[in-house]
Amino acid sequence: MGAISFKLIVFFVAALVVIVSSLLMTTRKNPIHSALWMILTFFAMAVIYLLLNAQFIAVAQVMVYAGAIMMLILFVIMMVSLDNGAQSEQKKISMNFTKKAAWSLAVIILLLELIFGALFYQTTAKIGSYPAEAVTSLGNAKTVGTLLYGQYLFPFEIASILLLVGIIGAVVLSRKSK
Amino acid sequence: MLQEIPASYCYILSAIVFVIGAIGAITRKNAIVIFMSIELMLNAVNLVFISSGNAFSSMDGSVFVFFVMTVAAVEAAVGLAIFVMLFRIRGAVNADEASLLKG
Repeated sequence: MGAISFKLIVFFVAALVVIVSSLLMTTRKNPIHSALWMILTFFAMAVIYLLLNAQFIAVAQVMVYAGAIMMLILFVIMMVSLDNGAQSEQKKISMNFTKKAAWSLAVIILLLELIFGALFYQTTAKIGSYPAEAVTSLGNAKTVGTLLYGQYLFPFEIASILLLVGIIGAVVLSRKSK
Repeated sequence: MLQEIPASYCYILSAIVFVIGAIGAITRKNAIVIFMSIELMLNAVNLVFISSGNAFSSMDGSVFVFFVMTVAAVEAAVGLAIFVMLFRIRGAVNADEASLLKG
């Protein structure tokens, strides 16, 4: 085993794919191309989740994000902006200096908050009771399921009510008004 | 035994992806692309949850990502219904021209 293991190489390749495809996602003019790059981002992210011993979340990522949500977005792009989807970007971004500075400050604050928050919790957090070997021997999906239907049963039920509210809201919003 | 990935690499990757998503959400005009950028930011946060859950041998990260995914699915359904309605009213999904609530 060399200095860089196989797992790390896979991580770097997946991270590169995530960064490049998310950059392409935000810069493409055509929203369909953006959506397709987004799907690639989600797949590469699922590979990283697999490397981090989260098999259940990796499968859910592919099924929910790359499957359901992106398919919905593609449908809506095709319904909504067949002819003027690409043209809606024609106007150039016109921002004065103060606005630009305010936005870049906001982005920098968000970034620093994320990094310092993660580093803070890295130094202060306690070690949990689910080491990777034990979880793998029991099964990742089984462990997540036991937690969801045990300790997190109430939030799980609230999530199902939220999904119902979302369905009803989507139907009511997109119904043709008389 | 394979070597584990250092959590700090994942935090850095997550920060990069989050900032790309934030810049996309700020600079783009098409509402659907803004929506996808927000999904990208959610994914960056999910990566922090998963990697710290792995680093601290805790399953709470996976459970929270599950709930974030549920909320993202609901958000997609309602948000896309709003885009369809906006398209019916305005004929385009341009976020800068959507100022109906201004009165």
